[in-house]
Amino acid sequence: MASFIQLLVSGLATGAIYALIAVGFTLLWQTSQTINFAQGEFVMLPAFFILASMDFGAPFWLAALIGIGLSIVVLGLVFKVIIVDPMLRHGVLPLVISTIALSLFLKESVKDFYSSQAQPFPALASATDVQVFGAVISLQSLAVLGVAIATVLALHLLLNKTQLGRCMQATAQNPTLARIVGIPVRRMVLYTFLINGALVAIASILVSPIYLAKFTNGETLGMAAFLAAIIGGFNQVRGAILGGVILGVLDNLSAAYLSSQYRGAFPLLILVAVILLRPQGLLGRLEERTV
Amino acid sequence: MSRLGVMAVGVAAIVAIATPFFLKPFGIYLITMWVVLTIAAIGLNLTLGYAGQVSLAQGAFVGIGAYSVALLTQAGWPYPAAFAAAGALCFGIGWVLGYPALRVQHHYLAFVTLAFTTLVFLVLRNEEWLTHGIYGISGISRPTMLGWSTAKPRDFYFFSLGTLTVLAAATWWMLRSPWGRAFVALRENPIRALSLGLDTRRYTLMAFAIGSSLGGLSGALYAPLVQFIEPNSFALALSFNLLLMVIVGGSGYFFGPFVGALIAVLLPEWLRVTQGYYLIVYAAAIMVMMALCPSGLLGLAERALKAAQRHSPRAPALHTEATGS
Repeated sequence: MASFIQLLVSGLATGAIYALIAVGFTLLWQTSQTINFAQGEFVMLPAFFILASMDFGAPFWLAALIGIGLSIVVLGLVFKVIIVDPMLRHGVLPLVISTIALSLFLKESVKDFYSSQAQPFPALASATDVQVFGAVISLQSLAVLGVAIATVLALHLLLNKTQLGRCMQATAQNPTLARIVGIPVRRMVLYTFLINGALVAIASILVSPIYLAKFTNGETLGMAAFLAAIIGGFNQVRGAILGGVILGVLDNLSAAYLSSQYRGAFPLLILVAVILLRPQGLLGRLEERTV
Repeated sequence: MSRLGVMAVGVAAIVAIATPFFLKPFGIYLITMWVVLTIAAIGLNLTLGYAGQVSLAQGAFVGIGAYSVALLTQAGWPYPAAFAAAGALCFGIGWVLGYPALRVQHHYLAFVTLAFTTLVFLVLRNEEWLTHGIYGISGISRPTMLGWSTAKPRDFYFFSLGTLTVLAAATWWMLRSPWGRAFVALRENPIRALSLGLDTRRYTLMAFAIGSSLGGLSGALYAPLVQFIEPNSFALALSFNLLLMVIVGGSGYFFGPFVGALIAVLLPEWLRVTQGYYLIVYAAAIMVMMALCPSGLLGLAERALKAAQRHSPRAPALHTEATGS
C-alpha cells in the first residue's frame, strides 16, 4: 500500500506536468487549428534559456523569470508571427510539416549551440522526503504538484472568470460568430500563443530537475502531450488535464506492476481504445464533419 | 502525360542509369537509398496525396518489411518469396490498422498511426527472441537473382532501380484505372464520392493497405542495402522523413515522391559542408519552403509552367492536379 501511494503521488506529479503541456497544445488547436508537433521541444527549450541566464550570473529565481519571459516572446509571439501566420491559409498539413521541421531545428540548435550533454537543473525544493501514511514522498513531487495545480487553477480562473477568458473561449468555439459580436479574434489567438509560451516554460522548470535538461527531452514530452490531449479530448481544456493525469499515473503504475519494457505501450493502447470507442476523447465534444 | 512530361521522364531515366558509372561506392549507396525510399514515399503518396489520409506509420511498415526479409532470408527462404511475404504482411497489417482510419480522420489518424509506429518500435526493441532487440540483425546478404549476384553496390542499385520501375509502373496503371479515380474522388470530396455510390470505406482501406504494402516492399530492399538493421532506424524519425519527402516533392503528384526523396537523401549530404549545422539548415529550408510553396516542388514547377504557357490553356488532367489539403 505504501509503495502504491508513493507511485500514485509521483505519477500525479508527472501527470500534472503532462497536463500543463497538453493544455497549451489544445489551446493552440482550438483557436488556430495549429497542431504543434514541436510542443515537446517547446518544453525542452526554456530550461536552456534559464541555464544560459544562470551562466551569466543570474540567481535561479531571476533566471526562471527571464526564461518564462523569453519563452513567451520566442515560443509565443515569434512562433506565431514567423511560422504560424504565413502558413494558416494553406491548411493544416503544411503547418504540421513546418512544426516537425521546427522541432528538428530547435533540437539541433540546442545541441550545437549549448551542449549535447544532459545538464543538471536546480530543483524547486530540497531533496528531502516526507512521511505520509507510511509512504515516503519526496518534497520535490509535492512542489511540482503544487506549482502545476496553481498554474492550472490560474488558467481556469482566467478562462472562465474574466471577460478576456470568455472572449478567448468564444474565439475557440466559433471564430466567425466571435468576430461578429466584436471580439478582436486575432488578438485572442495571439493571447493563446502567449499563454502556451508561459505554460511550456513552467512545465520546463518543473520537469527539468527530474529528467535533467537535455536536447532530446522533447521527444517523450511531446508524445505525452499528444496522447493526453487525445485521451482527454482535443477540444477541451479539462480533457487535456484529465488526460495528462491519467497518463502520468498509468505510466508509473504500469511500469511498476505490469511490464517496464512495455511501459511506453500502455498509454498507446489506451489511446487506440479511446479513439475506437470515443474518438472525441473522454471529455470532448464531437466536432462537426467538414464537407 | 504531356510531351514535356515524357521528355522529362526520359531524361531522368537516362540520368538514373548513367549516374552510378560516375560515382564512388558511397555515392552509389546514396542513390540506392534514394530508390528504396522513393518506393516507400510512393506508397505514402497513395495514402496521403490520393486518398487524403495523413499517415505517420510508413516508417514502421518499412521496418516491418526490412525485418521480415532479414529474418526470412536468414531462415533459408529465397529472396523473391521473402520480398513477396514482406509486401503481403504489410498489406494485411495496413488493412487491419486501416479500420480506425474509417472512424477517425485527419489529425486523429495522424496520431493513431504515430502510436502504431511507436508500438512497432517497442516490439522490435523488446522481442529479442525474434528481432535481437537493440543489437539488430547484421550480415543480411544481397540476393542472387537468376544467377545475377547483386552483392556489388552498382548491381544492387540496378536491381533496386528495376524494382522501383516495376512498382511505379504498377502504381501508375492503378491510378489510371477506376480504382485510382476513386482514390482521387475520396480526397477531393468524400461525401460526394459516397453519394455517387463509391464504397468509400473499402477504397480508403484499399489505398491505405496498398500504400503500406509499398512501404513493406521498400523495407525489403532496405535490409539488403544497408545489411544491418536495428529498431532505431525505423523509429518515428523515418516516418516523419517520409512524410517530409511526399510533401516537399508535392503530395498528389505522381512524381512528387521521386523529387522529395532525392532532396531528403541528398540535401543533408550536400549540407555537410556547413559541418555540424547541416540539420539546422535543412530544417530551416523546409520551414521556408512550406511557407512559400506548400504544394511542394512539383507544385512550384507546375505554377511556373502555367505562368509560361498562360496564352495556351489546356485542360489539366485530374491526376496531376494540386490540392490545397
